[in-house]
Amino acid sequence: MKVLVTVKRVIDYNVKIRVKPDGSDVDLTNVKMAINPFCEIAVEEAVRLKEQGIASEIVVVSVGPSNAQEQLRTALALGADRAILVEADAQTESLNVAKLLAKVVEQEQPSLVIMGKQAIDSDNNQTGQMLAALCDMPQATFASKVNVADNTVTVTREIDGGLQTLAMKLPAVVTTDLRLNEPRFAKLPNIMKAKRKPLETLSPESLGVTLATHTRLVSVAPPAQRSAGVKVASVTELVDKLKNEAKVI
Amino acid sequence: MSTLVYAEHDNAQLKTETLKLVTAALQLGDDVHILVAGSQCQEVARQAASITGVTKVLTADNPVYAHQLAENIAELVVSMADGYSHILAAATTTGKNFMPRVAALLDVVQLSDVTGIESADTFVRPIYAGNAIATVQSHDSVKVLTVRASAFDAASEGNSAEVVALDTVIENQQVTFEHAEMTKSERPELTAANIVISGGRGMQDGENFAMLESIADKLGAAVGASRAAVDAGFVPNDMQVGQTGKIVAPQLYIAVGISGAIQHLAGMKDAKVIVAINKDPEAPIFQVADYGLVADLFKALPEIDRALS
Repeated sequence: MKVLVTVKRVIDYNVKIRVKPDGSDVDLTNVKMAINPFCEIAVEEAVRLKEQGIASEIVVVSVGPSNAQEQLRTALALGADRAILVEADAQTESLNVAKLLAKVVEQEQPSLVIMGKQAIDSDNNQTGQMLAALCDMPQATFASKVNVADNTVTVTREIDGGLQTLAMKLPAVVTTDLRLNEPRFAKLPNIMKAKRKPLETLSPESLGVTLATHTRLVSVAPPAQRSAGVKVASVTELVDKLKNEAKVI
Repeated sequence: MSTLVYAEHDNAQLKTETLKLVTAALQLGDDVHILVAGSQCQEVARQAASITGVTKVLTADNPVYAHQLAENIAELVVSMADGYSHILAAATTTGKNFMPRVAALLDVVQLSDVTGIESADTFVRPIYAGNAIATVQSHDSVKVLTVRASAFDAASEGNSAEVVALDTVIENQQVTFEHAEMTKSERPELTAANIVISGGRGMQDGENFAMLESIADKLGAAVGASRAAVDAGFVPNDMQVGQTGKIVAPQLYIAVGISGAIQHLAGMKDAKVIVAINKDPEAPIFQVADYGLVADLFKALPEIDRALS
């Protein structure tokens, strides 16, 4: 069974971001970039399916700028077999990313698509669901457990209030939650081997997709700053302040 | 043009998120309709009709909608989208699950986790774990939004809007619901609670959360957790507060043994008053806390418990 995994190049999750002084966007110049953490979990899950003998081939796809090749190489070093980069602007709207991915799905015909539940930059949490809709596939979002057997994927999902388990006919889309697995680290020999694995570059034109712009980013501002308050010396003082000063208990 | 609000409910009870969504919807126009999709959800429809400002409640009451799965709920919403300028759902796991499908099927973008409405086409939403606030204008004819309920006040009740039953039945061929395991709790729901007390890695194990629960019961508070506490297996994941968990904005948030990583702050920094209890005076949580207590939580928590008794 062929598994398609998507990865996004995003700012490293440890970086404290800065908003550009002109308020046009977040400043990404000279900032450490990495694979989106949820996408890393998606790659790991695919690799585990291959190790269990369920997946036969893992194709990793990114829609992004040319240097997203770095993140694709990382995914190859983690165990993906080949990579596809659809070259597009880093800020491509998620509907457009989903449309480009839908074309790749049409070409590759995977049985399972595994994606991160959200990218930690735009925090949209949309692309997987949109791709599933465009390809008329069922979806299981926020997966914390995935089990493939007999042309069916059974997924436990993290929902408000607990867990929910769904069974879907393949092909299907699964988006990962943090607790699905613990991604491995790429070993040096695998990083070297990954350099020789195939990486194909496509463009929206070559996929026959014309992208419309649906939104305009008007401005980006830093959030209202909270200032540090006071340190209290004892529990008595704390309880007193909450009762009489803040009046919240 | 009208606004369609998707009701958040569990087939028996309307969730408070819906009342907050109505407040957001009323900022867009005064013709607000609510869709109640579910199974045996007439009581929910009655509650929805009582929200002030709602002009019509549409009910799709059929066993096929019992678990509000994305595949057929999205199709149901798309089938009735005609005539609406805005479609709103709460940014809960239900709304996040089906709404992007609605957007894709309508060939429009979705704006996620909206925290502010500037005008009928311009919206405010946090990005980068809440470390930047984006203002976005949508050119689409239909605006599909998921709304961060904690950013809006709940609408009042006392209305009696018209209730109309829909007979659209969309079967779900591709997915089967197997089962659900819900966490049982007597305490208020995390996202709706006025007071939240959360524990982090510093709690050391799950049993120590009993200390937080005891204080929570005295305050009528909900108990939350950081990702570290969830990953360590101290508590179930639906208690997680943060970028990847729940976003809360209570009157009082008490962080116990939580360092205050960016991802955790994303879920709670809009609380009115933040209290931090941590033995590390350098912990980043103190930079946002209104009241900080540098102390060993194992000494401080029993003292707080006694002080509240």
